Amino acid sequence: MLRPATAAETQEALTDAWASATTLEVRAGGSKSALGRDAPAAVVLDVSALSGIVDYDPAELVVTALAATPLASIKAALAERNQHLAFEPPDYAALLGSDGAATLGGTLAANLSGSRRIGAGAARDHFLGLRAVSGRGEEFKSGGRVVKNVTGYDLAKLLAGSFGTLAVLTEVTLKVLPAPEDACTVIVHGQTPAKAVQWLTQLTQTSLDISGLAHLPAALTANSHVSAVRDTGNATVVRLEGIASSVAARLQVLRDRWLADAGHGHETSVLDVEETRDLWREITDGRLLPRTGVIWKISVPPADGTMVAERIARQLHSDILFDWAGGLLWVAVQGDSAQEGVVREACRDCGGHATLVRASAAERRRCPVFQPQPPALAALSRRIKDAFDPNGILNPGRMAV
Amino acid sequence: MLLPAPDAAVIGRRDELAEALRRILPRASVLTGEDERRPYESDGLTAYRQMPLLVALPETTAQVAAVLKVCARFGAKVVPRGAGTSLSGGALPLGDGVLLGMAKFNRILEVDYDNRSVVAQPGVANLAITRAVEARGFYYAPDPSSQVVCSIGGNVAENAGGVHCLKYGMTTNNVLGVEAVLMSGEVIRVGGKHLDAGGYDILGVLTGSEGLLAVITEVTVRILRRPETARALLIGFASVEAAGECVARIIAAGIIPGGMELMDKPAVHAAEAFTHAGYPLDAEAILIVELDGTPVEAEELSERVGDIAGAVGATSVRASASDAERLTFWKGRKAAFPAVGRIAPDYYCMDGTIPRRKLPEVLTRVGELSKKYALGVANVFHAGDGNLHPLILYDANKPGELARAEEFGADILRLCVKVGGVLTGEHGVGVEKRDLMPEMFGEADLAQQQRLKCAFDAEGALNPGKVFPTLHRCAELGRVHVHRGETRFSDLPRF
Repeated sequence: MLRPATAAETQEALTDAWASATTLEVRAGGSKSALGRDAPAAVVLDVSALSGIVDYDPAELVVTALAATPLASIKAALAERNQHLAFEPPDYAALLGSDGAATLGGTLAANLSGSRRIGAGAARDHFLGLRAVSGRGEEFKSGGRVVKNVTGYDLAKLLAGSFGTLAVLTEVTLKVLPAPEDACTVIVHGQTPAKAVQWLTQLTQTSLDISGLAHLPAALTANSHVSAVRDTGNATVVRLEGIASSVAARLQVLRDRWLADAGHGHETSVLDVEETRDLWREITDGRLLPRTGVIWKISVPPADGTMVAERIARQLHSDILFDWAGGLLWVAVQGDSAQEGVVREACRDCGGHATLVRASAAERRRCPVFQPQPPALAALSRRIKDAFDPNGILNPGRMAV
Repeated sequence: MLLPAPDAAVIGRRDELAEALRRILPRASVLTGEDERRPYESDGLTAYRQMPLLVALPETTAQVAAVLKVCARFGAKVVPRGAGTSLSGGALPLGDGVLLGMAKFNRILEVDYDNRSVVAQPGVANLAITRAVEARGFYYAPDPSSQVVCSIGGNVAENAGGVHCLKYGMTTNNVLGVEAVLMSGEVIRVGGKHLDAGGYDILGVLTGSEGLLAVITEVTVRILRRPETARALLIGFASVEAAGECVARIIAAGIIPGGMELMDKPAVHAAEAFTHAGYPLDAEAILIVELDGTPVEAEELSERVGDIAGAVGATSVRASASDAERLTFWKGRKAAFPAVGRIAPDYYCMDGTIPRRKLPEVLTRVGELSKKYALGVANVFHAGDGNLHPLILYDANKPGELARAEEFGADILRLCVKVGGVLTGEHGVGVEKRDLMPEMFGEADLAQQQRLKCAFDAEGALNPGKVFPTLHRCAELGRVHVHRGETRFSDLPRF
């Protein structure tokens, strides 16, 4: 295990590893160690000491922190100034059965976003600048500390979602935004998934500016700690956020104009700001999903979500939670088999991608965790990997490349 | 300005290359005559001109792939061009290169409301996308000032911005997918109507790559429902400092306006003379703040902003009482560039971004530089996101003035970097700011960017001479320690 205390020591460690072609598993909090292809490396590079906020100026709407700063510390610091990371960074520790603490760098390296992603953008959209060390042991920077910048290639985008296979992040700068003053959630109970997604699709075409649109199957609502949701059957949930007067006005429009369209005879309820926070935390962190079995996360065009879900449900014993107005499917499959063939076939002709989020290490060696790419794209990805890490020392095999 | 040494061998085979391209494209789509090529000699950065070796105008992805393969076979460089509105010389031709005009890709292919997306060919104008969906209450958010003509493909290449970026993002935050052709002729598709990437975010890195990585042949963008209401406030201040303080307090109060624009006195006077928008002529600076959302939200937030303006000593506050009045407030700002064009024979538009709190310091320093170079300057500022556009006034017919304007501009950009900002917020590096890249990036930073370039285009045939101050061969970049300055460039003639 290598445990650099500074960016300079990280660079030294990587220079040595490059020279000796020693493969490294890059780890910070370790909460997502089980996410990705199972491909152990020779040595663990533990960067968790690179922690702490470097610069936070609320009026500039940016925060700069060392990459392994725990997400919880960042959130607490921003909350003190009524700000937040608008992409709603999830914490998959419980989902992945880890007791590690999610970090800012890990969240970016996996490009993980929560329910608000549909409107506010992904982690990568808030990633403004970075310092990192490449697989050559060279320290480089990209981007900046301002919210609008087109100087040079946008390497922040490329490193977001690269799972530490291109470079080791040492310092990151993110855009922050004011946290909403108020929020509420409307629940429609008992809709079928198809009807629910159709209704959510209509809502996305209104000017109600809805920041969360999800459908929870009855079996999974049992895992909620929010009493209005727990064991109440299928729940279709819609979140409104903003200044109090605006939330109230939009809630009224939703009641007057849209609840009738949700279907006759369905009960509805409304969650207050605390319950809203708790419920969407559960959805975003995957806490409603079963603690055992296989989990897939599938991103498809929202209007295709129901079709993909029906194809899977016909063939597998599974529970499917819809987020992003139908564009994100969390599929919980019973048993140990990843059932990769069924899942990939289900979304084959509609674009999008499926990620095997949770499965045994053996399953994550046996089948591709990430969406396989067409040859030209796979070859390009390989060349990009070589451009950053020619000796293949960083998390080798964790992605496809 | 140094560009790659013209390749005499390619220039010598021009006729042969034209014939090879005419086997792929209709004869009329390969332009070789001087008069035909002339319209392509410059883009929005008109100080630079260069006739292309020839111009190719493909209209299908297969044709683009075939043209690139032929160019690769001839060793000919390729400069992609959308509508030619780049303000950084991103589409400046090369004398030994093929200018690849994408204007014939002019169709919107699909409007998909259920997936809130539009699929368009790259030559479609930015505003045409909004026009196609506005009847259903939707729009495409990024709105660069050239949006009537600038192409969506060019927007992707340059990661174009506009006046609503703080709230609604830049092009990169609004593009869902592209089809693109690599210099090898391989066609790739990344993204689509779904969100995020299943592998490396190639979409993210193509966006803003200034035509150096691939040729965009199709674009999928997200469309947004237009907010129900928008209200604008026109606020006058006795000092730039007071205006800057107002901006800081608006954001500190948790308000993200749809748009927030600052103009200094020279810009206000030029715009008012041109558009009669009703700007206060005694103010040292004005702010236009637009609040959008539900009627109750726009109402309440404009009251809060009005209170903040009062608290920092604004000299005047007007809230738009109607949509017509709101558009009048914007009219002057949107016409600021042509308005400045009326008070000087030529102007040179700069594009740095700075931390907002540095605005008074930067404007003071810009004023000092204005005296030093004996050239006037008017400043418009996307106050929400810190993107500063000083417009340097000069007369290209006076010997030495263009050179002085460029030196002035370079000093402004160095200043932006020095106070913690960046060289370009939305116009791109292009040829214009290429040689300033070392102000912001070290050798290792630039080497890593160029290695990425090599992964897409190993021969460096796509748009060379842009973005990077020094061209490296890809093999050189393979070494850990990069040696600089080994490639010689020739002078580009300047008119």
